[in-house]
Amino acid sequence: MKNSFREKIVGNLQGFLVPIAVLAVWQWLSSHAIVNPQILPTPTAVLAKWWEYLMPMEAYNAAKSGYLAWIFSGELIRDAYSSLYRVVVGFLVGASMALPLGLMMGANDRIYQLFNPLIQVLRPIPPIAFIPLSILWFGLGNPPAIFLIVIGAFFPILMNTIAGVRHVDSIYIRAARSLGASQTMMFLRVILPAATPYILTGARIGVGTAFIVVIVAEMIAVNNGLGYRILEAREFFWSDKIIAGMFSIGLLGLAIDTGMNRLNNYLLKWHRGIESK
Amino acid sequence: MTVQPHIRISQAGKVFSSGDREVVALEDINLSIASGEFICLLGPSGCGKSTLLNAVAGFSLPTTGEILVDGNPVQSPGPDRGMVFQEYALFPWMTVEKNIAFGLEIQKQPKAQIKEKVDALLKMLNLQDFRDRYPKDLSGGMRQRVAIARVLALDSPIMLMDDPFGALDSLTRRNLQDELLRIWMEFKKTIIFVTHSIEESIYLADRIVVMTYRPGTIKKDVSVTMPHPRDPSSAEFNDLKKELSLLVMEEQSRHHQEEIKTPAAD
Repeated sequence: MKNSFREKIVGNLQGFLVPIAVLAVWQWLSSHAIVNPQILPTPTAVLAKWWEYLMPMEAYNAAKSGYLAWIFSGELIRDAYSSLYRVVVGFLVGASMALPLGLMMGANDRIYQLFNPLIQVLRPIPPIAFIPLSILWFGLGNPPAIFLIVIGAFFPILMNTIAGVRHVDSIYIRAARSLGASQTMMFLRVILPAATPYILTGARIGVGTAFIVVIVAEMIAVNNGLGYRILEAREFFWSDKIIAGMFSIGLLGLAIDTGMNRLNNYLLKWHRGIESK
Repeated sequence: MTVQPHIRISQAGKVFSSGDREVVALEDINLSIASGEFICLLGPSGCGKSTLLNAVAGFSLPTTGEILVDGNPVQSPGPDRGMVFQEYALFPWMTVEKNIAFGLEIQKQPKAQIKEKVDALLKMLNLQDFRDRYPKDLSGGMRQRVAIARVLALDSPIMLMDDPFGALDSLTRRNLQDELLRIWMEFKKTIIFVTHSIEESIYLADRIVVMTYRPGTIKKDVSVTMPHPRDPSSAEFNDLKKELSLLVMEEQSRHHQEEIKTPAAD
């Protein structure tokens, strides 16, 4: 028990070795002016900038706003919120279109044959390629950005849902039929849960794509959000802010992925592949 | 004066065709099964015993002839013929309790009644401690208990069992065989049980139907009159075992010859 605890501590410390070494080399390179600090600022400068980006821009004024509102009034918080908002809305819209269509296409051959050709043609188009059209159709601001995210989330969820329904083990269908299951029961209690592992994989890929797309969309169509902020920083040659923004994007992505992972494990606690992790 | 049989299979045949190849899986099967009988279908793999069971279950209807249950032709699967599969076929996303209750929920029985039935079945099959577990956490023997409980919940007069204990170790197997016999006697079920184990068929059945390898026909219909519990080491048991072994091995060697001739066939 004690031994394994020690091993765990040592293991965790080991995980820090490489990042610390990289940071040390980075710090050394830029503080000794071996690389131009304008190009590559020191890690401490990036951290300082990140803190500044995170914290409220104005001093606390109880007359103007509540303390909580003030704490969350920093630029980073607002940018992260904007980006997250777009991802969530785009993902939900995309998923709510992809899921029913995918279920229908997976369950019904006629519907599959009807829709599949169009989907096969549209699917390989990267969501980014929709940018010009989305601006033409929706102008600037949230609508084109969300449109792009919808497209980014739609296809992975659709394709995985179709595959999930089509790959339901026939033994479950046979067992349910012999128990007398109606079409509705079969669909809701057998096919849908059996397809859940696939659907969740699709959802996870969909969120990942949505997160990529939101950054690109913000660089082009809107003037806030994490993607916009790092592009803006480039115009002012604020390399420290660019890097601070990139790390923030990474942290948000990690948080989203961890959240999806938790959801996955909760919904699939019956699943053979998932034991304790 | 004759009692109408519970299940009547008359001149049933089944031909599978894949591409230009045709396989006669069943040919001219005639079988009458009385209510409460325990029938074993015995034969080597490929003899059509599972095909026959699936035909009675309604999963795959015969191409010729007919199967009547209580005088009505079988057209589709239904809860009057509960099916137990070798692969258990439990729903992995449902707990043990939910698996057993599923058939009753389909019938929209009242919640309290479902709970009462499920409780009784959990108790009968020694599954109380596993009520809230998922199938992945259970051993093969436990899973098959749940599958049996799921069928018993339906109160169906007929149980169809497709080599249900084939994947279990011999001790667990004997254990479940004894439980099945207990259930059979208590509930007076009509059971059709597919197996390729000669010993298992003698241990369980009232009648053993030995089937031939392609085309699947009935080679011999043997009555077993020994009282339960049967002793596998008794002389009577072993005589019958010897007799059946000869019959089954004949078919097994035909199966083997066929396999050598057409190695590509499944």
